[in-house]
Amino acid sequence: MCRNGTAGLLLFRGGCIPMNHIISIRDLSRTEIDHLIDEASCIQSSASIDQSLKGKILALLFFEPSTRTRMSFEAAMARMGGTSIGLDSVEASSMAKGETLADTIRVVSGYADAIVLRHPKEGSARLASEFASIPVINAGDGAGQHPSQTLLDLYTIRQSMPLDGISVGLLGDLRYGRTAHSLAYALSLYGATLHTISPKGLELPGSITDELSKKGTGIVEHRDISEIIETLDVLYVTRIQRERFPDSASYFKVASGYRVTPELLGSVRKNLIVLHPLPRLDEIDPRVDQLPYAQYFEQSRNGIPVRMAMLRKVMG
Amino acid sequence: MKRDARKGLLINPIQNGTVIDHITGGEALNVLKIIGITGTTTESISVATNVESGKMGRKDIVKIENRELHKEEVNRIALIAPNASINIIRNFEVCEKKGVEIPCILIGVVRCPNPGCISNTNEPIYSKFEVLPKGLHCLYCDWIITKDITSHLI
Repeated sequence: MCRNGTAGLLLFRGGCIPMNHIISIRDLSRTEIDHLIDEASCIQSSASIDQSLKGKILALLFFEPSTRTRMSFEAAMARMGGTSIGLDSVEASSMAKGETLADTIRVVSGYADAIVLRHPKEGSARLASEFASIPVINAGDGAGQHPSQTLLDLYTIRQSMPLDGISVGLLGDLRYGRTAHSLAYALSLYGATLHTISPKGLELPGSITDELSKKGTGIVEHRDISEIIETLDVLYVTRIQRERFPDSASYFKVASGYRVTPELLGSVRKNLIVLHPLPRLDEIDPRVDQLPYAQYFEQSRNGIPVRMAMLRKVMG
Repeated sequence: MKRDARKGLLINPIQNGTVIDHITGGEALNVLKIIGITGTTTESISVATNVESGKMGRKDIVKIENRELHKEEVNRIALIAPNASINIIRNFEVCEKKGVEIPCILIGVVRCPNPGCISNTNEPIYSKFEVLPKGLHCLYCDWIITKDITSHLI
């Protein structure tokens, strides 16, 4: 028998009022995801000047490197008339002096109207939401979640095809790639069939495949992308990280088997789209950039309207 | 009270305190750990392990003198001894008898095995797990503990 309530100790909590945090794609219903994507679509198609966040301040706390996520949040804020302040690294903050993330969040809550956080520890954004008195958006927590990336992935797919019932190939490092984890969860809400193709040892974690399978999501594991490429609507490629291998030779040996080339795409469906959260290394041949399937730069640009929609949701 | 035919009572009755009976055989020390009783605490404790039991085959019994366990403390025991029963003793009489219930959320009881989890840092938080049929789900990093829960007790 299960009872309500907690066993024992109390958590320190920042505020009592529920906040519009966006921490994990798992916290969002399909309706909420659709609403955000619709909102992003309206923003992108609107020609009017948007000053909806004029006077608002966004705190960008990035304790890990970022190009696209950080800059697109900053640009999104600027496009709605708001201002951004931020940190680029642990070394540039009081965390270098031993301050906890919890204290940093409480302090920054007094300076801004919302926080965008990237941090190397899994669950850091969840912790931040417990201590913040302003909304928190997770911009990546270790190998955990990256909901804004997932929303722009879905948005990019929906520009080409309806999201329901599509066949999606997830290629690359699916064990540590947080974007693949978040996307797999989100696609399960739309009845997608997932085909996973990854090197041995870098497969999608069993906890995720078990959970999604129990929800009725079709998940098929493959070792060779050529087995399945002709049936896919979307090919989502992720980076295979060199640091997961003992030496460069073994990395190149494995990575070469997971490289997307024009030859591999020779007999695919004509409406296939190839996505990648970027940055890419060797996993997509630059010659693919010229093919109509390549949508990864468009995907990256879509970060602006999607993140504008997210910022409006939490601050508007 | 269990009685050994040649030696009398296996452990003596207590005047005031708590008796935890019907603990899964061999789990008594983990029960003490889970309710925070360690070698540095001051309570007088009696432990009987692998006592014969008609219902359970073998069971453990723990007696804690001069301390009445709270409901929250008691329910943590359900994690490793779901059949345990709790008897509150006052002046040698059983004043209250209750079972244990598995809580929905466990806070500060189990350490997350994921080394990358924020709950394993110096942040001022306690670990937080949701109790699911398949195991314990870390509410910070989504890691799921499916077996050997006792080895993760804090």
